[in-house]
Amino acid sequence: MEAFLHQLAAGLAAGGVYASMALALVMIYQATHHINFAQGEMATFSAFIAWALLQAGVPYWLAFAATVLVSFSMGAAIQFAIVRPLEKAPELSVVVVFIGLLVIFHSMAGWLFGFDVKRFPSPFPVDAWFGSALLSVHQLGAMAVTLAMVAVLFAFLRLTPLGLAMRAAAENADSARLLGVPVSRMLMLGWGLAGAIGAVAGMMVAPTLFLDPHMMSGVLLYAFAGALLGGINNPVGAVVGGLVVGVAENLLGTYVIGTELKLPLALVLIVTVLVFRPAGLLGRVVVKRV
Amino acid sequence: MNAIPPALKALPTAKFAQADRVRSIPRLFVALVVLAVAVTFFAQGYQLFQATMIVSYAIALLGLNLLTGYNGQISLGHGAFYAVGAYVTAILMARYGVPYWVCLPISGGVALVVGYLFGRPALRLEGLYLALATFALGIAAPQLLKSRHFEPWTGGSSGIVLNKPEAPFGLPLDADQWFYLFSLVVGLLMLLVARNLVCGASGRAMRAMRDHPLAAEAIGVPGSHCKSVTFGISAGFTGVAGSLFAVAVQFVSPDTFAMFLSISLLVGIVVGGVGTLWGALYGAVFIMFVPDLAEKVSKAAPWAVYGVVLIVFVYLLPGGLARLARRRA
Repeated sequence: MEAFLHQLAAGLAAGGVYASMALALVMIYQATHHINFAQGEMATFSAFIAWALLQAGVPYWLAFAATVLVSFSMGAAIQFAIVRPLEKAPELSVVVVFIGLLVIFHSMAGWLFGFDVKRFPSPFPVDAWFGSALLSVHQLGAMAVTLAMVAVLFAFLRLTPLGLAMRAAAENADSARLLGVPVSRMLMLGWGLAGAIGAVAGMMVAPTLFLDPHMMSGVLLYAFAGALLGGINNPVGAVVGGLVVGVAENLLGTYVIGTELKLPLALVLIVTVLVFRPAGLLGRVVVKRV
Repeated sequence: MNAIPPALKALPTAKFAQADRVRSIPRLFVALVVLAVAVTFFAQGYQLFQATMIVSYAIALLGLNLLTGYNGQISLGHGAFYAVGAYVTAILMARYGVPYWVCLPISGGVALVVGYLFGRPALRLEGLYLALATFALGIAAPQLLKSRHFEPWTGGSSGIVLNKPEAPFGLPLDADQWFYLFSLVVGLLMLLVARNLVCGASGRAMRAMRDHPLAAEAIGVPGSHCKSVTFGISAGFTGVAGSLFAVAVQFVSPDTFAMFLSISLLVGIVVGGVGTLWGALYGAVFIMFVPDLAEKVSKAAPWAVYGVVLIVFVYLLPGGLARLARRRA
């Protein structure tokens, strides 16, 4: 029972990271119907930026803030320079460009920071008061940070006029434009936010997974699974889906299939959801008019 | 694809194959084949190996192009089918002593069945979701191959070592020369199959499904059948390519078939030209030589070149090199 609870808690901790990555994916998908295959590598790159700042002696939370800011601008810049011209492009072109971005970020991370595996510090002291037998201090702290970020994001989208404009642009771009919402700028903001969320997820997962250019490829797969499970057009669903995937991955990995088949598990999960319930658990079924 | 609606069958093929160009191709084609055969006698060991690899990549790119270029289904995980072909050949040759030329069609067949079975449920998905599912397949493939459940066959992380076949009938060729010629013949056969498929009624059905699925189904193209069979055929081509790869390299291991391979294949069709047959050759030459050259600069450079090439081609040269060559001609 003790071991089971331990795995459950570890699953929730990992799920928090998947949930935030899934949320970043959903933010982009909702607005533009693009699946950002480069999301994982962008997050890895952000974590590398943070690592470089920390190596240079910058205090952790300052480096954290700077990384989030840089990642936000990076996301917005990518939308502006590379994704915006593709608005009317065929699906294949969009997918190819995203794969291109994935590859570029991967190589930049390797080129600038090297391919060897690096240790990434946790911001939380090992002997903090909230550590327990069930969850390490870092797991609990990471969970708190990601969940706080999700809460802030929801508050922003629900409660502020800017958030309302963003949702309007995602929901119905033409009507929003007629009402004076600068849709392109909202999409840019969305990409910026996705970049920032990815950065936080990357920095939170790096102490456990260790930092190297391949760090996020597995995480991205689980985030895909989580986003699909929850419904790719539903932010709440993405968070729930990410947590469920984290727990499922840990429990199945421990008790059923063993740790070496964790990636195929994500594949099976993705295909199963797509075949049996393409809209996800909480997603809206989109009816297309032909 | 047996159930081709009469409406499509009646259309004259020549119009679609652009008659004037078809007539001018054979001369160039014959020259290329002569050149390719001549390579056997002028090239040496490693160069012959590279030439064999180009043939192997070209076959895989033909397969991927049938699926993505002609049928509009995006696959980001074709490296997995390449792996299926390579591993079937390696297991049959090393564990059961089956000769390589028997392994080749079996590998293609197994990959075809695996592809069909993966494509069958996946075809319920819209384009983007299929890309996602195949992306997951590409990432998960090495871990599946490493799994200890399959280790008795696959050899786990350490892989399988193979022997290079000698030339039969006492031909005065060394092993490298013989296997290159063998691959070349296989490649030409696959090209013929692909050409007939694309220019015939089934090719029109494939393109109709790509351009307007609803209209295609309305005139009687069996939509899901067409898509899943195309997926199977495409995987079959890639499996044959993988089989040649295994024999040429004489070694298979899980990490050979990592995501980089699937991305290479995608780069190959984008560079060569999506929806062209010739593009397979250009793409194969590109993915054979460019990463090697770039690697001399830095370990990260092959990836960087791939990324830049992908984005630049989408914006500046969406037809790939094949369209460029045709425009110049």
